[in-house]
This record gives sequence, C-alpha cells and structure tokens, in this order.
Amino acid sequence: MLTKRIIPCLDVDRGRVVKGVKFFDHVDAGDPVQQAARYQEQGADELVFYDITASHEGRGIMVDVVHRVVEQCFMPLTVGGGIRTLDDATQLIQAGAEKVSINSAAVKRPQLIHEISRKFGRCATVLGLDANRVTIDGVEKWHVYVNGGRVDTGIDVMDWVKQAQDLGAGEIVLNVMNADGTTAGYDLEMTAAVSTAVKIPVVASGGAGSPDHMYHVLNEGKADAALAASIFHFGTYTVGQVKDYLHERHVPVRIV
Amino acid sequence: MSIGIIDYGMANLRSVQKAFESVGVAAQIISTPEEIERADRIVLPGVGAFADAVRTLREKELAGPILAQIDKGKPFLGICLGLQMLFDVGYEDGVHEGLGVIKGKCVRFDVDDTLSLKVPHMGWNQLEFKRPSPLFKDLPAGAGVYFVHGYHVVPEDPGVIATTTDYGRPFVSSIWRDNVMATQFHPEKSQRVGLKILSNFAAI
Repeated sequence: MLTKRIIPCLDVDRGRVVKGVKFFDHVDAGDPVQQAARYQEQGADELVFYDITASHEGRGIMVDVVHRVVEQCFMPLTVGGGIRTLDDATQLIQAGAEKVSINSAAVKRPQLIHEISRKFGRCATVLGLDANRVTIDGVEKWHVYVNGGRVDTGIDVMDWVKQAQDLGAGEIVLNVMNADGTTAGYDLEMTAAVSTAVKIPVVASGGAGSPDHMYHVLNEGKADAALAASIFHFGTYTVGQVKDYLHERHVPVRIV
Repeated sequence: MSIGIIDYGMANLRSVQKAFESVGVAAQIISTPEEIERADRIVLPGVGAFADAVRTLREKELAGPILAQIDKGKPFLGICLGLQMLFDVGYEDGVHEGLGVIKGKCVRFDVDDTLSLKVPHMGWNQLEFKRPSPLFKDLPAGAGVYFVHGYHVVPEDPGVIATTTDYGRPFVSSIWRDNVMATQFHPEKSQRVGLKILSNFAAI
C-alpha cells in the first residue's frame, strides 16, 4: 500500500537554511547538508528546499546546495522558488533534484509546465501554488497569489490546478496562505476540494502545528502528503514522532 | 571491479553514482560503446518519456553495445525507465518499440476511479518478493522503496517477476532474468533499503 508522505520543507537564502534552530551542539542549523541528513535520519519521506534568495546572482548557489545534499542524502529532493525557465529546471535536476516546483513563473507563462514535463516527464514536474480565501462583494473566492503571496492574480484555484494537470504537472503543492504560519491547522476544506478535483497527488502545505493537524489533512483533507516547516525546524516534533502518531491512528506511513 | 552508469542525457546520474559510492563501490559515468564493453557491470537509469529515451540510446549508438553486453552475461541493472525500455513495446504517447530484451509491454496505470488512486504512483510502497533474488538478499519482506512513475511493465512470462507492489492491484515492481535485473522504483532514492540493493548488485 502506498504510504502517506511526511515532507519537511527548508527555506534556503543564499545557500543557508533560515528559520532553523540548533538541535544538537554539533549540528549547524544553517547548513542545508546537515539539516537534510538529520531529516533523513528521522525518516522523512522527501525533502523540499525552497529558495527564497531575492537576488538573481544568488540563484546559482542553490544548484551547488543540491549538488552537496545528494552526496549524503539518498531520498527524493524537490526544489522550488525562483525557477523561471526550462534551463533553471534542467540545472537543478542534473545536480540531483528529483522534482522541481514552479509557482509564479507558471502563472505568468503556463507553457513552462508543459516544457518541463516534456523534457523530464510528469513525474518531475510539480506545480506549487499559494492560495488565499478572499471575499469579493460578500462572496468568498479562492484565488491564486504570486510573488511570494503579495499579488492576487484573480485566478480561481480550482481552474488553475486542473489547467496545470492538463499541461503536464505530476503533483500539486497547495500552500494555503490564510493558514500558513498560523500553526492552527491546514485548510482541510480547500485541500480536499483540490485533491478531489485532480488525479495527480496533492501535497498539503500551510498551517501545520501538531501531528493531529497532519492526521486531519491526510484524512478529511484527502491529501497524499503533508508538508511542514516550523514544527520540524523549531524541534517541536520530529518526523518520527509525527509518524508514530499517525501510525497509531491507522494512517499508512513508512516507519524506519 | 567497475560499475558503469550509462549517460545518454536522460537521467539523474549523479544520485546513482553517489549512492554506489556511499556503499564503498566505485562507479563511473560512461557514454561510449567502448566504456560499456569495459565496465564489469552496467547500470541504465532513466527519467522522461519512453520513446525519447529509446530513440536517444539508438542515436548515440549505445543500444547495440548494451544489448551485446547483456547477451554476454554481464550483470545489468535498469532503473525506472531503464526497466521499462527493456520491454518490446511502450504505450506512452503512442506505440513505441522498446529494446526487446524482455517480452511484454509497458502500459499506463489503469486505476479504478472508485479507489481515488492518483497517477503518477508517487511515494514509498512495499515490495512483495515472488522468489528469492540476489538483488534483494537480506532485505525484510515488505521493505519500503521510493516510486515515481505513471507507467508500469507487464511481462509475458510471469517467471521473470522478482517483486510485485500493490497499488489498487499488484503491479510488477522489479524483474530478474539471469544477469538482467531492473527495478521500477529508485534504489538510489530509497535510503537504507535502496543502498542495500545497490550493494547487493555490486556483489553479484
């Protein structure tokens, strides 16, 4: 039986993990290689590196990070953030990334999804999206945001995920902004709606504060995987603790 | 002993090479017929589309040398698309001729809609061993490995099946016939279990 995936996400700025804490004396919280190795030990099913480097010159550093991580981590690695062209995607995949996640660039030019999928297959092509609940004239809408969640595109979330699937996306990472950073739980309703509307896997993101939140998004939220950042970085829970919690509640997970 | 990982521009070779190195096995990335002939063992990884990969192998004149070495009995490991290409025919975006090492076909997952299973089959799933094979020596039943694929192989001769995996129904997750071994999953991405498989291959 296919197990549900638990995916730590690390934000990387100019080659350094940000927001991390020091877990052990000998671990450099800012070193992506050491952090990745630690999550591998804990039994993480995949890792996502999200490049938040603002400057264009800083971009090449991410390729080097991937290069170093794959020397020690034998697990799937997805890289997102700032991928604008097929060439960006190619460099990351050749460095050792399993999948690339495209976000704003896909909204600006949806054909980019098709180009990456054609070259590397649907399996390597992930659509990341920032979704937000907005109220317009008293009616709630679910809109796609871009540029790190700063700009409302007016595009409907459900339309966009179906279009991305048709263009060749093999997976969707749905980050719900209203929930993001709150640690109050994932948006179960929107996650379930998206997961039911497409036939490709959906990774839930935004709002994880406890193993119970992950339990709910993998059940009622119908997500295929749960991504979390702060609860793992700040050492609130280990991946292993989350998996034990899920296993006790009969969610299929890989126990290492 | 040298392991040659075949580079034809369609795979994530570095992950495979680093995984072998981590278990103390030297592995070279190779791209010529001479290097394929010289290697003691050959590994054929692959991502992307079936037709593109087979065409590229032929254009680079690597298909012939690979088949010749397989015929000579050199240990061969195919990974993901490197498994699928071994078959007679692939049904990804049309009907395409494969390398024809194993009789059978490669087809898209035809999952029952009522089970709401997603395609690609993506994530960690378990191996059911159909018979003892050197590739899976010392692995526990139900060992978990990492899959990411939308197509799977259907061999004509069930005797070549080494493992199956359940996704709605069982599908063939690896094959073994004489010196030819190939996995649908990615050993190089399957942490300890995967590294053990690569180490087993190197010891055959």
